[in-house]
Amino acid sequence: MEIEAIAALQDKEPPKEPHSQWKDVWDQFRQHKGALFGGGFLIFITLAVILGPYIWQIDPQKLDIRNKDLRPIYVALWDGTARVGWGNPLGTDNLGRDILANLIAGGRASMAVGWAAMVLALLIGTSIGVIAGYFKKADFWLMRFTDLVLSLPILPLLLVAVTLFREPLRANFGPEGGMFILIVGVVGLTSWMQTARIVRGDILALKEREFILAARSIGTTSGKIIRRHLLPNVVSPIMVSATLGLATAIITESALSFLGVGFPSDFPTWGKLLADAVQRMEQYPERVVLPGILISLTVLGVNYLGDGLRDALDPRIRGR
Amino acid sequence: MLTFTIRRLILSIPTLLFISLVIFLLLQLAPGDPMAQVPLTVPPEVKERMREALGLGQPLHIQYWKWIVQFFWIEPQVLMDHWFGTTFAEGKQRVISWQTRSPVMDIVVQRIPQTLWVVGLSYVVGILIALPIGIYSAYKQYSVFDQSGTFITMIGFSIPPFFTGPLLIVIFSVQLGWLPSIYDTTHVVTDWASFKVQFMQMVMPVMVLALQTTAQISRYMRSSMLDNLGQDYVRTARAKGLREGVVVMQHVLRNSMIPVITVIALGVPSIFGGAIITENVFKVNGIGQLLLTALFANDIPMVMTLTFIFAILIVFFNLIADVLYGVLDPRIRYD
Repeated sequence: MEIEAIAALQDKEPPKEPHSQWKDVWDQFRQHKGALFGGGFLIFITLAVILGPYIWQIDPQKLDIRNKDLRPIYVALWDGTARVGWGNPLGTDNLGRDILANLIAGGRASMAVGWAAMVLALLIGTSIGVIAGYFKKADFWLMRFTDLVLSLPILPLLLVAVTLFREPLRANFGPEGGMFILIVGVVGLTSWMQTARIVRGDILALKEREFILAARSIGTTSGKIIRRHLLPNVVSPIMVSATLGLATAIITESALSFLGVGFPSDFPTWGKLLADAVQRMEQYPERVVLPGILISLTVLGVNYLGDGLRDALDPRIRGR
Repeated sequence: MLTFTIRRLILSIPTLLFISLVIFLLLQLAPGDPMAQVPLTVPPEVKERMREALGLGQPLHIQYWKWIVQFFWIEPQVLMDHWFGTTFAEGKQRVISWQTRSPVMDIVVQRIPQTLWVVGLSYVVGILIALPIGIYSAYKQYSVFDQSGTFITMIGFSIPPFFTGPLLIVIFSVQLGWLPSIYDTTHVVTDWASFKVQFMQMVMPVMVLALQTTAQISRYMRSSMLDNLGQDYVRTARAKGLREGVVVMQHVLRNSMIPVITVIALGVPSIFGGAIITENVFKVNGIGQLLLTALFANDIPMVMTLTFIFAILIVFFNLIADVLYGVLDPRIRYD
């Protein structure tokens, strides 16, 4: 038997293909030009520092004392007397080390520190936020603890921690490895608080919804509820704070290197390159400007990416 | 409101104690011997006596308790003596710097004016620039001004001060030669010419710090104005025939300032932290620079006191922000 649909209820056009939430997010994200540019730049710079050493094969540590203090190739445009060479397109430093190779190696270190510290901060922040939001008993003390950590003076404490614990970690894990662990550790341990607060707030609201009640009524354990039902719903605020965390981590690492408490001097990072060049910036301004521009552009790209993600992941803004 | 303030004040005491304990333990866990610089020819028993004279070698809780007493009980007495000419603190042990063997607070008091001048002025300048930008870009949302303002504040967020500082030095000191690159703290303002010198040397550090402040606060101002501009009372104000200037500058602005003022209060301590880098770039000998030198010299009492002063600033301004929020916004009642 055929049921006749009421005319007014019939669709005037064929139903659209159902599309997923992530396609909506992507459509909204594409609208944000700055975010597209920022994301693109972040991917570009990440690929450049990963693949760079295979393309530009000069060893960043190689001393070439005859070719020291070369200027970048573009200086020849306005200064015919400047010493330039195609072998070192961005010039060399006062020991003849190639600046382009150093920038790539420095970018590797800076990005590695940034990503690792961001992941660490996210892990801590998310777990504390989830536990505080889900388990009522833990909430009070965990949040008091978060408030306490928020009122610690971060930069002075970072300086203290890095200066004081440099030696034992160096002795145990080697100069670079120890410093990497130390910087990632201190930056991660001091930047999880905002994530924890945001995640806790969202979990508190989600916990009261019917689908959680339904899950609990069929006997789902707490661990499963958190993993299957709560965590997927707080992915968007976590992603937004991930971008902010990446930006902060890169800047903090560079600031520590700049103040002279970062990586050892033969291990380039962007902040270290910048700091080492400050003494002679009158003669060689490009050595300050190039790493500075790279740090700033990366952080700018990450910030724009976060801005776009926030708009795209917020269902209230999306589609407007 | 008063009860709330008192409750918050009392609650801030355990917070501060916790923070001081964290800093203390961090410094105690750290390796590094204050006797490392003493020549090897000094016999070990003399070294041991020197160590005891520095208050080391005692159990941890006694060291901590002594520091607490010195900082919270004896130092305020010294301050009282200084102000009123009394003699409460005479003969009592103060917190002594291991570098200079003089009381830590005396050195801090010498250094604070430089930091306050540069940091405080930069904060005021930053706010004064940020507020009009925020107001106007919210009023003309999505205009060219708003878009470029967003872009510039994004840049201000992203460029770290240790890059803007050297960049400004390269441009204005090296290339153009307009401004001095080093902040001369011994300079005394006596007449117009020396005031001009002081002004010139303050321009760059102040602008570097102000850029960060401006970027943050103008964002907050803009979004707060946007929240209020769409509200019903604005339509009412316009409908009853008020001039646009009155509507925006009085009705909307006053309501939008409430969250912005708390953000301004919350930002004060972080700008002190950021000043560590700026002071380093421009060679200002303020407390940030003092902290760095003390760290490199392993001067534990100095580091402990300075870090704790930063912590007090944070706790105190958090308190101010909370109280201000309650005072300014009649919808919020804490009791």
